[in-house]
Amino acid sequence: MSAAGTAGAVTPSVLLAGYGITKRFGSVVANDDVTMELRPGRILALLGENGAGKSTLVNVLFGLHRPDAGRVVIADESVELSSPHDAIARGVGMVHQHFQLVPPMSVVRNIVLGAEPRKLGMIDVAQARRRVMDLADRFGLGVDPDAAVEDLPVGAQQRVEILKALYRDARVLIADEPTAVLTPQETDHLLDVLRGLTAQGVGIVFITHKLREVMAAADDIVVLREGKVVGATTPAQTSEAALAELMVGRAVDLHGDRFESGATGVGTAPVAPRADGTTDDRRADEETTRSAAADETSSAVADPMPHATHVESSAAAEIVERPVVLDIAGLCADDDRGQRAVDELSLTVRAGEIVGVAGVEGNGQRELVEAITGLRHATAGTVSISDRDASGARPRQVTVIGVGHIPEDRAKHGLIGAYSVADNSVLNRYFKRPFAAGGMLRRDRIDSHARDVVATFDVRTPDVDSPADSLSGGNKQKLIVGREFSDDIDLLIAAQPTRGIDIGAIEFIWRRIRERRDEGTAVLLVSAELDEVLALSDRVAVMYEGRIVATVDPRTATREEIGLLMAGAAHGAASSVADG
Amino acid sequence: MTLPTTDTSGGTPGRRVGVGPAGWSPQRVWSVAGAVVLVALVWGFYAWDGAQTTAVLGGTVRAATLLVLGAMCGMIGERSGIVNIGIEGQFLMSAFMAFTVASMSGSLFLGVVAGVSTGLAMGSMLAAMSVGLRTDQIIAGTVLNIAALGLTSFFYDRGRSLGQPKYQSIELGPLADLPVVGTAVFNRPPLTYLALVLVVVLHVLLLRSVWGMRTTAIGEHPGAAATVGIDVIRLRYWNVTLAGGLAGLGGAYLALESVGTFTRAMSGGRGFLALAVMIFGRRTPLGAYAAALFFGFTTALQGQFQLNDTFDIPAQFVGMLPFVVTIIVVAAAGLFGRMRDPAALGQPYEVR
Repeated sequence: MSAAGTAGAVTPSVLLAGYGITKRFGSVVANDDVTMELRPGRILALLGENGAGKSTLVNVLFGLHRPDAGRVVIADESVELSSPHDAIARGVGMVHQHFQLVPPMSVVRNIVLGAEPRKLGMIDVAQARRRVMDLADRFGLGVDPDAAVEDLPVGAQQRVEILKALYRDARVLIADEPTAVLTPQETDHLLDVLRGLTAQGVGIVFITHKLREVMAAADDIVVLREGKVVGATTPAQTSEAALAELMVGRAVDLHGDRFESGATGVGTAPVAPRADGTTDDRRADEETTRSAAADETSSAVADPMPHATHVESSAAAEIVERPVVLDIAGLCADDDRGQRAVDELSLTVRAGEIVGVAGVEGNGQRELVEAITGLRHATAGTVSISDRDASGARPRQVTVIGVGHIPEDRAKHGLIGAYSVADNSVLNRYFKRPFAAGGMLRRDRIDSHARDVVATFDVRTPDVDSPADSLSGGNKQKLIVGREFSDDIDLLIAAQPTRGIDIGAIEFIWRRIRERRDEGTAVLLVSAELDEVLALSDRVAVMYEGRIVATVDPRTATREEIGLLMAGAAHGAASSVADG
Repeated sequence: MTLPTTDTSGGTPGRRVGVGPAGWSPQRVWSVAGAVVLVALVWGFYAWDGAQTTAVLGGTVRAATLLVLGAMCGMIGERSGIVNIGIEGQFLMSAFMAFTVASMSGSLFLGVVAGVSTGLAMGSMLAAMSVGLRTDQIIAGTVLNIAALGLTSFFYDRGRSLGQPKYQSIELGPLADLPVVGTAVFNRPPLTYLALVLVVVLHVLLLRSVWGMRTTAIGEHPGAAATVGIDVIRLRYWNVTLAGGLAGLGGAYLALESVGTFTRAMSGGRGFLALAVMIFGRRTPLGAYAAALFFGFTTALQGQFQLNDTFDIPAQFVGMLPFVVTIIVVAAAGLFGRMRDPAALGQPYEVR
């Protein structure tokens, strides 16, 4: 029953492979003749944008989907998988992106669930515990076996998820976006763990869209785009830039130049000329995005804006002279369980600067944003916006003061899914002229406003009467950004503005946020993606356990320094870093 | 690369406060303290007026038996993720069938079998609706309640009697001679003993057995349970059905042991009270039994008050006592640490 024992016995030459996999959903071809091969002791990175077909491919390999064509091989044998149990029985384990753990149950119980050692129908706790500890020791995955999973930090929960697969004798681990929720240190630790596993003969399929991790950890790289393999390579033979281009299908410029003004800084991405009259709809669409975006950019820049006296924003000294728009002092707020989540937090954001809040999720960022925007009751402290006291203000009042809010959870707080695109485009202002008069909505004005937003922000929708739920994630987010940006705002609060959307949309939204900053809007950016915070911010405030533990200059601070701060190093809690 | 295992729990240091013996949670300290006070009080009253106290204690156990059977039915469902507000209907229908079969066959035992079978059947109907068809669980339970009230009223036969005495008390040897609890606990009819055994057995099963752990898993995170090969639909179906058997036993107890006949709507809202007992008992059988004893005590107390004409007010007001106390206690319970519901409670599970 031991994983290492079986792995050592007969080592197959191919652990897991798909040859010519094709999978259609209705008229959509999710995988088109995809081939990939995982050999023992290697880490294969599956790279691609959202919707590129990565998940479909691993779902086929894991037995969740049956392929329409092609062959799945596990341990040198062709197999027909009718359910994940077939895959699990053959030693394939999945480390799910959303952990498949039962939060109130202990680590041991979670690991043995479904394959419990038993004695007279009762769980043999001693044996279960012993087996879990043996596995943890052998693979260097430290966990507290008796802790409830819900009390563990995310990194430890992930180790439980990995142990769960190893307990079932997995020789192949499929890790679906495993680093999405981790700090840089936790990520490094995970990559170490994965390498340790390969040393014992386990093979790993590592799904990601983060190029740095691919370059750092992978032995083999397979890049998917639009359901097809567009590249198979190794880190030694490629570069981040080359991979990004493969992934997106054109050159990408995410980094832009964050210190240049909108007048010169945007639109530096080289536009790949596509004069070949491409027939591919999606490519054509992408092309439209780019040109529409470029048009909009130039028109926005050309517009004589009220804040036309814009100057280069790079000089910190200049920023200091600008008025403070958001001033938070001693703010406290509790989380849903009544625990203090924001702890005497003070922070200022000035006009024309982006202050990025970096931090591991769950350190009070959500509560901070909700307390500012009036969605959560602050237990102490003050919030003032544009010199007006907004402490304890209701969401409507905050909106009216001139605050735009891109909420963290677009489905829950950003849009009303069943409402039309048009109605959603005025959710923050439907009660005001010109959209309402005498208590009645004015449909014509709302619809024409919505058409403006859709055109300006490149929201792909058949028409403005379609329900918001019918849009893709990226288009939903663009609709929210369009709505919040189409009013005259002094302060923008952007929480996870690009979570789960594709690179094209990220690029677009980042550019609009930078433009807004350059026009003089104060921006508070909260993001779990350190890359995003670094790319956009003029100042980075690191949040840990409800406080801002440090404010650093993104031009001089390194990822490692910020990562340590995110893990609480400023509090001298070095142990928690090692723990991560 | 091996990490120290001691630091890994992380996150929330020092959350457990050291009150009482090492490792005791504040909850446990409170329960034990409460129990001590309670025993002292009962002892005091017993010394003051033995006969009255014994009568109230006996009434307490009698009322608690029905409540705990209903509460256990409810908690198996809820731990699996299925709300069962049809316990009232399950009680009523089972009481009717138990009474009718016992009356026609002349066998109390066959009556109990009929009651339990009816409970199982009602449970499987609830499972078919709320697990199989993914009906709204509140509506599914309401269907049971309305169906039971309608059917039992329609087929109710005023002239029918049990034709024999109801279940009689059995003295458990020397235990029945103990002071205070002797008569109240160890001189009871058979179904009460059966219920007590079931409380203990179910408590162990829910908290220690493989079945109990899997049941918790499908109520908290059915998706995770499914990924490790647990058949969520099947287990929910079985659990809701078998839990119905407990309510069925409750119905049989009501008709054949507690009252000795069947009357229209004789469950009298106790199926709903059982849900309050279940929540108050934190969805564990022993906790529910403690809660059931408390609610049973208020019922017994008001009965005794009425019997003795203790208060010079209309009997209906005295009869309100258990319900007023229920409202106060449930409201007050909300003030002390709220209990979290199973995360997937009320959500139909769909196999993708």
